[in-house]
Amino acid sequence: MSKVEEKLFQNRYLLDEGSPHIRIKNPAVCKTSCAQPCTFCCPAACYVKNEEGGVDLTTDGCLECGTCRLICQSNGNLEWDYPRGGFGISFKFG
Amino acid sequence: MTEKFDAIVVGAGPAGSAAAYVMAKAGLSVLQLERGEYPGAKNVQGAILYSDALERIIPEFRDEAPLERHIVEQRVWMLTDKSHIGLDYRSDEFNEEKPDRYSIIRAQFDRWFCTKVKAAGALVICDTVVKALLKDAQGRVIGVKTDREGGDILAGVVILADGVNSTLARDAGYRAELDGDNTALVAKEMHFLRPEVIQNRFNIGEKEGVAFELVGTLTKGKIGMGFIYTNLESISIGIGCMVGDFEKGGLTPYGLLDELKAHPSVKPLLAGSEMKEYSAHLIPEGGYKAIPKVYGDGWMLVGDSAGLVNSIHREGSNMAMTSGQLAAETVIALKKEGKACSTQNLARYKSALDDSYVIKDMKKYQGMPGFLHGNRHVFTLYPELMSQAASTMLRVDGLDKKSKEKQVTKAFREKRGLFGLVGDAIKFARAFR
Ligand SMILES: Cc1cc2nc3c(=O)[nH]c(=O)nc-3n(C[C@H](O)[C@H](O)[C@H](O)COP(=O)(O)OP(=O)(O)OC[C@H]3O[C@@H](n4cnc5c(N)ncnc54)[C@H](O)[C@@H]3O)c2cc1C
Ligand code: SF4
Ligand code: SF4
Repeated sequence: MSKVEEKLFQNRYLLDEGSPHIRIKNPAVCKTSCAQPCTFCCPAACYVKNEEGGVDLTTDGCLECGTCRLICQSNGNLEWDYPRGGFGISFKFG
Repeated sequence: MTEKFDAIVVGAGPAGSAAAYVMAKAGLSVLQLERGEYPGAKNVQGAILYSDALERIIPEFRDEAPLERHIVEQRVWMLTDKSHIGLDYRSDEFNEEKPDRYSIIRAQFDRWFCTKVKAAGALVICDTVVKALLKDAQGRVIGVKTDREGGDILAGVVILADGVNSTLARDAGYRAELDGDNTALVAKEMHFLRPEVIQNRFNIGEKEGVAFELVGTLTKGKIGMGFIYTNLESISIGIGCMVGDFEKGGLTPYGLLDELKAHPSVKPLLAGSEMKEYSAHLIPEGGYKAIPKVYGDGWMLVGDSAGLVNSIHREGSNMAMTSGQLAAETVIALKKEGKACSTQNLARYKSALDDSYVIKDMKKYQGMPGFLHGNRHVFTLYPELMSQAASTMLRVDGLDKKSKEKQVTKAFREKRGLFGLVGDAIKFARAFR
């Protein structure tokens, strides 16, 4: 487990299987015209560089902070929403 | 639901619960909607609660609210890679009958606050995301659309207490998208220890607490701050930087937090603890100049959605509660007078906010965000110089004290230049004025 995964492992999530709340609109944009800041700014490391030079997004560990939405503003390449009511992260302490 | 409420409050953080509580208590029909599984499930704070704002809403809160420790000591630490230099303030006067600040745990606090809202007569529904505002042909807000089936609900006014991201205010065109240079991202962990261990380690009594604020070279010249707060049986530790700074690379939120935890001055404080949660959250830090319009036809913004945070003093939850209360009081007064919550009538909320400490304090510090952006070296240079100075003065190595003083002055001058130093002092003073 990576350091971040170890951290996220402590958290409680209710996963809405099959309906991720954040979506990359056009993967080609990530590949060709972006410095990919999401891969080092997301506190849950949801964005990972892939072998084809693009970025893979897995929202399971998402902390719903909103950072990726801010930094992808200039590219406008994210469809960012909250998870369905009651789903996603449930902080025990916060 | 065909019922029309006097007011709908979106969000069950401190702003939303303050607003819903005050209106429900005055007999208005109130619906509060929260997307989390329970109030607080999505919320993150340090967290220090300032008593005054809550006391004005629930005077007896000390007997009921889940408070952790009242703060008797504040420490400000400037960290370099290997050292810290600090300023502590501790006073037995903080052990007063009604302490002015407490550490809290938000998930527990928000749940409690919302039970008060329910007891006051409001309808609270969790597990529900408000997807959009409903408007009539004139553009007046008349209710909300939720992610539940048949989820359109009508109300006389909608109070947006949906926090820093407020996608609702953004989508409705009331506010621009957040700007990474004016928004901080903080990563935080909860570390559990036995209460006796915490008390011994921090030199405090059973209910007493310590609050640390940390700045220094850790953030590598980026605008950032850390904190350590003691709870009854846990320690909250967190650190953050501006999103725009993270974006430039060289730092990750979790990497920064791990570096803080590994710092030689911090590590012993956490030794033997069990980490039970990792969280992250944004803070709106644009200050006074970034506050959007806070009201319009049938709607008001309160708390973080309006950017009401004084980041210099780490105050946000109090401003959230006060703005929620003022918005609620506006609605109550209009209802009494039989008037609609129109743009013109809701202007009263803005005046009340302007007259309160919320806007007065935000105005006072309006220069601060700009100062910090233009003067990033205060986060690295000063901690380093201070630490060097302390080390030079305290080391017994055969050099006389006068020569040591000269060394220190020389280091300060060389690194920043006399004009630079004086300039910083003036700019800093201005920003604080
Ligand atoms: C790490 C950190 C440390 C802090 N430390 C302090 C401190 O020590 N002292 C202090 O006073 N302040 C502190 N603050 C600031 C403080 O936490 C905030 O200012 C405060 O929480 C704002 O309250 P709010 O009610 O406006 O927003 P929030 O507390 O964010 O509440 C918003 C609520 O709305 C809900 N919501 C959002 N969108 C929707 C939707 N579409 N539908 C339904 N529900 C929705 C959310 O789930 C949430 O419950 C800190 C902040 C952070 C991040
Ligand atoms: S910031 Fe946006 S465009 Fe760039 S890599 Fe990430 S998701 Fe793709
Ligand atoms: S919202 Fe925050 S935690 Fe979730 S993917 Fe975006 S940056 Fe990561």
